[in-house]
Amino acid sequence: MARRNDDAPPTTSKSQETRDSAVQALPETRGDTLFGRTVTINRSRAELYEYWRDFARLPTFMENVVRVDVPSRELSHWVVKAPGGKTVEWDARITEEKDGELIAWASSGDADVPNGGRIEFQDAGTRGTIVTATIVYDPPAGVLGKLIAKMFQREPAIQARRDLRRFKQLMETGEVATSSRTRAQLEEEKA
Amino acid sequence: MRALTWHGKHDVRVDTVDDPEILNPRDAIIKITSTAICGSDLHLYDGFIPTMKAGDILGHEFMGEVVETGPGSTLVKGQRVVVPFTIACGSCYHCGKHQYSACDNGNPADNQDIGMELYGQPMSGLFGYSHLTGGYAGGQAEYVRVPFSDVGPIVVPEGLDDDDVLFLSDILPTGWQAAENADIEPGDTVAVWGCGPVGLFAVQSAFLMGAARVIAIDHFPRRLELARKFGAQTINFEESKTYEALMEMTGGIGPDAVIDAVGLEAHGFFVDNVIDQVKASLFLGTDRIHSIRQAIVACRKGGRVSMPAVYGGIVDKFPLGAFMEKGLTLKTGQTSVQHYMPALLNAIVEGKIDTTFLISHRMSLEDAPKGYKMFHDNQNEVTKVVLKPGFTETAVAAE
Ligand SMILES: NC(=O)c1ccc[n+]([C@@H]2O[C@H](COP(=O)([O-])OP(=O)(O)OC[C@H]3O[C@@H](n4cnc5c(N)ncnc54)[C@H](O)[C@@H]3O)[C@@H](O)[C@H]2O)c1
Ligand SMILES: [Zn+2]
Ligand SMILES: [Zn+2]
Repeated sequence: MARRNDDAPPTTSKSQETRDSAVQALPETRGDTLFGRTVTINRSRAELYEYWRDFARLPTFMENVVRVDVPSRELSHWVVKAPGGKTVEWDARITEEKDGELIAWASSGDADVPNGGRIEFQDAGTRGTIVTATIVYDPPAGVLGKLIAKMFQREPAIQARRDLRRFKQLMETGEVATSSRTRAQLEEEKA
Repeated sequence: MRALTWHGKHDVRVDTVDDPEILNPRDAIIKITSTAICGSDLHLYDGFIPTMKAGDILGHEFMGEVVETGPGSTLVKGQRVVVPFTIACGSCYHCGKHQYSACDNGNPADNQDIGMELYGQPMSGLFGYSHLTGGYAGGQAEYVRVPFSDVGPIVVPEGLDDDDVLFLSDILPTGWQAAENADIEPGDTVAVWGCGPVGLFAVQSAFLMGAARVIAIDHFPRRLELARKFGAQTINFEESKTYEALMEMTGGIGPDAVIDAVGLEAHGFFVDNVIDQVKASLFLGTDRIHSIRQAIVACRKGGRVSMPAVYGGIVDKFPLGAFMEKGLTLKTGQTSVQHYMPALLNAIVEGKIDTTFLISHRMSLEDAPKGYKMFHDNQNEVTKVVLKPGFTETAVAAE
């Protein structure tokens, strides 16, 4: 891994080898497709961490997540939208946690789309906090795979970027921006 | 409600659509009393701006009465407000620096992807101006939903008519920002391309900022006449050679600062412009950039280029060499309207800036399609069309 003259995050590397070693660096590996997304939010690290750590609140900005149940501090149960008005569900576990800094998770072994990753919060001085999501998942193959990919509606990397933007909007402005004109349009947009 | 909707190139209609509703805490609903058609709307009308959808409600210059507020709005029912065309949250990093037109949060998350693809970073949100800038319904309608209503709209003091203050929504701050971006020094000669509303407000602003001389360029006699009214010297590019005239009029130096207030639909039979037009018609390029080319070439060494004019895409034959070799500076952008509104409202109250001179036509919202056609076809006579929902007479020209 020759990265002596390159400070770019491994998630942006052109080299599969570099990306693979970044996957290995995650606490528990669930899949081989890696991506990273970063957003800067004009709020304190503590405030953002606190909001995110309460997983039950994630559906306020994660568009395709219907509900997250939190049976214990480490465990969570995810209910996510699927085609035809259906939902799919899986369990996840927190694998690492540093107060105000980092949360890492991994799905349980039998999840339909094995996934794991971490969300990090770094001070950005007068600009607030840099929030980085690094996510690994196992893209499903075959017919079932296509169905599940549809369930994610969009490529997970795009979905994650949009979710982070909504998180930023919610934290900075207290609401998630919409250009809908009527309640009916807004419902349709969210469906 | 009734609203002016876009259906395609040169096809706008007044349709009946559902009324807007409060959807977010900081929203307000405004009942429109006056709304103008802008030069920027003509770019939509002519089909130059991508990501428009049939049925989109146009209009980004509007004002009216507050009729409903969300719990987070600071407005009060019955207040009269002018609404900035830029949708800004007031709390992101850029808003903190008063770069309101670069707000991170006005544009809905899903819409930001297009801007990322086209420009590297997402655009902010604008009213009635394609889905690239959010897909928000505009104000050429009876009602409009205004997000972040605690930050944007400015309350109109008693005693001022709609016509006095309407242009605070866009073109007055745009003309002012254009002059500010020209970094005018006392004694400067400033050249302004385009005597539309933006150019004419840039002329007034440049004088207020200390320019000794403003030279305004256009080909419509009536528009040139208005520029002269504010003390500008003029060049009619159909009758004179612009570059040669500017050089002779500035002692062979060139203007200290140049302002392009024309934009991507430059007129005129110039070789580069004709090539641009052919390319645009074949979809090989999008923008006709004749005026900015000419402005850069005419500008003096070490001078300043200000570009309020709107461009959308990738361009050809940009005089990059002239730009570099002469050591020019370029400033541009959508206007940070919220930043300028309070001071400019004061300037209107104190009579330092004339706004109503611009209005050539007032008509009802129902006549909006006619207003677009007139503004498009007869730019000489039609300098600004103001639509008034509830206005009963049709197409009353100003005396
Ligand atoms: N930056 C912003 O936030 C902002 C806001 C509003 C408008 N705008 C843009 O500013 C520009 C002007 O707006 P407007 O409402 O005044 O438009 P307008 O169409 O009314 O005026 C443009 C003028 O330019 C003249 N013109 C055309 N070709 C020319 C040439 N080759 N040389 C000199 N003059 C020429 C036209 O005759 C016309 O009078 C447009 O591009 C508009 O989209 C930008
Ligand atoms: Zn405008
Ligand atoms: Zn903002």
